[in-house]
Amino acid sequence: MRKKSAAVLAAAVCGSLALASCAGGGTNAAGGKLSNDKVVIGVLNDQSGVYKDLSGPNSAVAIQMAIDDYKAKYGTKAVAKTIEIVTADHQNKPDIANTKAQEMYDRQNADIILDVPTSSAALAVATVANAKKKLFIDITAGTTALTGKSCNKYTYAWAYDTAMLAKGTGSAVVKNGGKSWSIVYPDYAFGQDMTKSFTAAVTGAGGTVQQSIPTPFPNDNFATFITKAASTKPQVIGIMAAGGDLINFVKQYNQAGMQTKAQLAVGLMFITDIHSLGVDQFAGTTFTDPWYWNFDAKNKAWADRFLAKTGTRPTFAHAANYSAALNYLEAVQAAGTDNADAVRKQLDGKKINDVFLRNGEIRSDHRVVHDVYLAQVKSKDQVTEPWDYEKILQTIPAADAFEPVSAACKL
Amino acid sequence: MSPFVQYTVQGLAAGGFYALAALGLAVIFGVLGVVNFSHGAVYMLGAVAAAVLLDVIHVHFWVALMVVPILLFLFGVLMERLFIRWLLRLDPLYNFLLTFGLSLILVDLVKRRYGVSGLPYERPAGLDGQLHIGDISLPTYSVFVCLLSLLVCGLVWLLLTRTRIGMIVRASTEDADRTRALGINVGRWVTPVFGFGIALAGLAGVMAAPFRAITADMGSNFVIILFAVVVIGGLGSILGAVVAGFLVGLVEAYGQAYAPAFAQVAIFVLMAGVVLFRPAGLFGRDESA
Repeated sequence: MRKKSAAVLAAAVCGSLALASCAGGGTNAAGGKLSNDKVVIGVLNDQSGVYKDLSGPNSAVAIQMAIDDYKAKYGTKAVAKTIEIVTADHQNKPDIANTKAQEMYDRQNADIILDVPTSSAALAVATVANAKKKLFIDITAGTTALTGKSCNKYTYAWAYDTAMLAKGTGSAVVKNGGKSWSIVYPDYAFGQDMTKSFTAAVTGAGGTVQQSIPTPFPNDNFATFITKAASTKPQVIGIMAAGGDLINFVKQYNQAGMQTKAQLAVGLMFITDIHSLGVDQFAGTTFTDPWYWNFDAKNKAWADRFLAKTGTRPTFAHAANYSAALNYLEAVQAAGTDNADAVRKQLDGKKINDVFLRNGEIRSDHRVVHDVYLAQVKSKDQVTEPWDYEKILQTIPAADAFEPVSAACKL
Repeated sequence: MSPFVQYTVQGLAAGGFYALAALGLAVIFGVLGVVNFSHGAVYMLGAVAAAVLLDVIHVHFWVALMVVPILLFLFGVLMERLFIRWLLRLDPLYNFLLTFGLSLILVDLVKRRYGVSGLPYERPAGLDGQLHIGDISLPTYSVFVCLLSLLVCGLVWLLLTRTRIGMIVRASTEDADRTRALGINVGRWVTPVFGFGIALAGLAGVMAAPFRAITADMGSNFVIILFAVVVIGGLGSILGAVVAGFLVGLVEAYGQAYAPAFAQVAIFVLMAGVVLFRPAGLFGRDESA
């Protein structure tokens, strides 16, 4: 009996080996091969902290949607027959991001890492990607350094950066008459970067920044900061805080009756911020959005699929994760391999139109430029369904939306 | 001159809220000798409870102001019965660690259920708008918060120092054995006092809902400021908590106005200064049990 089952086992092993080599032969015949016979996509983001809702576990859901679409499109012709997702929580800390990225590339055989909110963490992952010669597509971190002085061959930035937000919101608001600004910003890398970009955009468009006020981070009580910002009687008050601090600020701004005294411009806003504060508190606020789920039928259809899987509407980061993963898999398909250098050649310079990217192009500095949108938060009576929060005022064409290629980036 | 007065008034308004928020900490320490690190988490629970009640069964702010503290009182009673009481006889450090652990659990449970980006809350009816005195203006809501806080602090102080219940509670904690010998069931009083302290944190949470972000983490940083308030005022002293609340509010407002980047550091510099010269805090010696 034991002999018999041993024989069956041996046969099974032989059989599966034969199958495996057969599959290997198949991809070889197509002109390339996959490392470990599979493509592994690493999703490294905040799974428990402040960015959990806007990226977090739902980014992996969006990436799984991309995998499903890729498989449905290519069926048996797919180069990547087995595609895995591995996830990790970097807790928005660069040191943890560094360790987790190494672990993903080395031990979990990740071919690419996606998402990575928090600029300092994304910069850490970019360094690891460059050292390991593996790909990294940043989605949720907004620093311009990724495609500036810290750019490298293996790192792409797919969705947005601080300069784009500043250019969109800053110049549009000045053009609409909001010439004098006070800026309130959290005193750490992101806030300082945003303030610099906004100041440049506002003055570039002919406006003036009367004062920029640093605040501790995190901070609960903004009462006096608001009074101070209003003291020079600016037409616009720009707030560069994110997450809970942004909500604290806006609640107290409204309570101080500031809506009627100055226009509020928000540096970086995710739709989850509007959802958690309530649309009436933000009503009328202008900001730049890289993508909005209810912009057109194509976006809506994708957002409906996402809603069915997650029970919530996607942020722009979720859609960008989907787009990046799908285009990565397409590049693997075209290259016939998951070798990073071969895939990179497929991606570089590619022009893309998909659910996230309109008039998209992967530029030579690996910044993905695309149409972005100047949005305004609707008032409560304009909202017709849950998460229907934004009115798109204008589309900013890809060519105008982003800063030109930085001289600091040499690839 | 006018901006300075405006900043001062703002600092006082914020200070009233700090006093109330720190009051529960002071009461629990003063009576039980427990450093309740879960105070921030309970404050968060108060705000989350207000938001959830409003969302699910349309309980408005004014009702939540009554209902939520009662619910949290029961929660506090449970907490004391199940956990705190078993460690009361040991080094205070044990209860400090226990409540620290509890707060981590509470915060993560709320994150699991309600996410991290926060819950919406309507502005309470009747408290919109601003009050103007000369060229100084303040949000009506912050004036309301300050006044209600002072009222509650005053009532708690009266309760503990001028009533029979307060006398029993203080006697129970000062010398439990002798109080027992006088025919008083000491154990029976410890539980409601703890529940009361927890209810106060919850009340502060409800009051925070309209003007603070309601997130699972909202108490995590706030509790640090509250510890600064009770340390400055003197651990366990109610009058100390009130005075220190105003001091911290003022220091923060002046910091925000004149040295924005150092607004929060200034609070802890004040704390370090006070501890250096009066280790028991401003009012620590006279009142703490």
